[in-house]
Amino acid sequence: MSTRFRRLGPTLAAASALALVLGACGADSLDGGGGGGATDASDVDCSVFEEYGTFEGESVSIFSSIREVEADQLEQSWADFESCTGIEVEHNGSGEFEQQLVVQAEGGNAPDLAIIPQPGLLQRMVEAGHVLPATDEVEAKVDEGWNEDWKAYGTFEDEFYAAPLMASVKSFVWYSPSAFSEGGYEIPETWDELMDLTEQIAVDQEGTGAKPWCYGIESGGATGWPATDFIEDMVLRTAGPEVYDQWVAHEIPFNDPAIVEATNAAGAILKDDRYVNGGFGDSRTIATTSFNDAGLPILDGECYMYRMASFYEAQWPEGTDVSENGDVFAFYLPGETTEEKPLLVAGEFVGAFNDRDATQAVQAYLASGHWANSRVSIGGVTSANKAVDPANASSDVLRLAIELLQDESAVARFDGSDMMPSEIGAGAFWTGMVEWVNGEDTEPVLTDIENAWPQS
Amino acid sequence: MDALLGSKTGQLTLALMALVALVVVLMVVAAGLERLRGRVRSLGTLAVFVGPALLLLGVGLIYPALRTIMMSFYDGQTENFVGLSNYIWMFTHDDTLRSFLNTFAWVLLVPTLSTAIGLVYAILVDGKRFEKTAKSLLFMPMAISFVGAGIIWKFVYDFRGAAQEQIGLLNAMITGLGFDPVRFLQDAPMNTVYLLVVMIWIQAGFAMVLLSAAIKAIPSDIVEAARLDGVSPWQMFRSITVPSIQPTLVVVATTITIATLKVFDITRTMTGARFDTQVLANQMYDYSFTFGNNGYGSALAVAIFVLVIPIVVYNSRQMVRNREVRGG
Repeated sequence: MSTRFRRLGPTLAAASALALVLGACGADSLDGGGGGGATDASDVDCSVFEEYGTFEGESVSIFSSIREVEADQLEQSWADFESCTGIEVEHNGSGEFEQQLVVQAEGGNAPDLAIIPQPGLLQRMVEAGHVLPATDEVEAKVDEGWNEDWKAYGTFEDEFYAAPLMASVKSFVWYSPSAFSEGGYEIPETWDELMDLTEQIAVDQEGTGAKPWCYGIESGGATGWPATDFIEDMVLRTAGPEVYDQWVAHEIPFNDPAIVEATNAAGAILKDDRYVNGGFGDSRTIATTSFNDAGLPILDGECYMYRMASFYEAQWPEGTDVSENGDVFAFYLPGETTEEKPLLVAGEFVGAFNDRDATQAVQAYLASGHWANSRVSIGGVTSANKAVDPANASSDVLRLAIELLQDESAVARFDGSDMMPSEIGAGAFWTGMVEWVNGEDTEPVLTDIENAWPQS
Repeated sequence: MDALLGSKTGQLTLALMALVALVVVLMVVAAGLERLRGRVRSLGTLAVFVGPALLLLGVGLIYPALRTIMMSFYDGQTENFVGLSNYIWMFTHDDTLRSFLNTFAWVLLVPTLSTAIGLVYAILVDGKRFEKTAKSLLFMPMAISFVGAGIIWKFVYDFRGAAQEQIGLLNAMITGLGFDPVRFLQDAPMNTVYLLVVMIWIQAGFAMVLLSAAIKAIPSDIVEAARLDGVSPWQMFRSITVPSIQPTLVVVATTITIATLKVFDITRTMTGARFDTQVLANQMYDYSFTFGNNGYGSALAVAIFVLVIPIVVYNSRQMVRNREVRGG
């Protein structure tokens, strides 16, 4: 080896070291994810996509918390858009979305778009200057398709940032119509009827191992959220929407007596070993049961009811008959009286992290009625976009959900934990619920959450 | 320049250009050094060799460390200086005290037990016919990531009510023998012990491999002399083996201690750090990234840093003293 070559070794090593440093500042390896399965462009009517323009070899990355079946369906929903506009949409779903989005954005590795399910997190991203204001095209599409409440969730200090994507109804109880008719049970229409039915099933099934309810709140880094939904549903029922709004905005303390009462109403089911946890064990198993699995014992007759949002339809195994007389179906979680119909809803918002034309085109398309219909037709989800034809819904449950969402007179409230500051809505409320389900009493848990509320 | 920085391909191009530029600069410097003599030449050579490493350390370690320390004196959004209040919170908050306590339990038990198991195993299989197979068996968990190990053990520990069919290996055996199933991951404080078993399962193999190598390096004349003196196996272990491999033992134990202080993956995947299993590193992550409070998160990071420094210093001094295991 000549002297010159011997010098080259360390030099190259040194240079690679610098490249590593620079690479770390701008690596695109974090994007990951595959594009959707594009259909053949010739089968598609591209005229509806003309307004978005055409792009050569551009790709747009979308980061979300959507995984598995739902992620495949999502990618399918924009396949036509991809083949007509030439934009490759790379979707990447993560179970640690809430944490990873912050890590990526602060590290200068933000995705082009993110599908954010929590207005609270969206606000944090807006305030940190990561999410940019939406374009006029996006805003026009939102004005056209969504009502003002929905638009307001994506608006901060009079500036509109993020368009709603999908919407779901959370106030549903999944059950098995065949098991109900076998036991001679009827769908309850008031809260008291629901509790009577619960007691009746518990008595009837004593000794069989089956229980009236099943529940699970394990969800990776977001463990606890299903219980927060249950509490929110109960606050809407026992305390009403006005108290609910005050509670979410922290105008009343988190451990207000009205909230304690609502939490105990949920606890009457979730913390009674006679009522839960069908297919898994006692009440404490709720803390370690994944919400994805929690409803499945309904199919085996080990559990009769599972309170979970409309999107749980995607979790049933293939071949399950989801219909009014089939294997599983859902009923509306009743209010205190038949007249009161409070509705807990949730949804996602699409925020843009840069102002590239391709990014904005995708953001505009996702805000459109065309996309909403495209996604709803694939199945499993609902949208509150007024352009959505309920007939496109893949099941009776979703049709019911879409009708409830489009019903202007329904008292709908957005999932409160998603609107609270992250320290509560993605922090103390979640961890508090885990402790609560694991055996802690209601009042100390709510007081702990109150004490964790950030002082501002 | 903006056009290049705006896209990821552009950033990559920039990085490649910088790489080429650096190669050229370093080669020019190296070529220039050819003509020099003595002190200047050796200093120049040193710069070519050490410079890039220092650059990496500066960008990847020193700058982030200084910034974290600074952030620990600011509020959640790193906007206002708050003095020591993050640290006061850290030492008064129940959850943080719990994670200090748990972290100490981890640091006390994992290195001790891993090293002990590794040492006993290394001695027992030393020179046996099946030594290689036996060693591979214990070493294999080292090849599994902490997250993978966490998920495997989460299933092993899975709990279902007594009336249900158990899907967890341990509870299936326990109920098979007629006992009630055990909530391995939910009942504090034993759940922390079950979690650190996973870490020991991974680290024992590491300890065994290094200690086995050290045992084999004990000069055979010492061992033979001891045998001629008629030592019992216990005396051999106590007075010959352990003193001879002591430097390796220290390096192994401190290396595992450092890894344990940073434990995060196992609590994250197995319990989500709930049910009183919180540890410092996991809590730091929760506060920084889930709850969005940089102040608390950074203060916790500094705490881990301060705890780990003395061990790192001790560890590297042992490494220098003990040339055989350097780089091990």
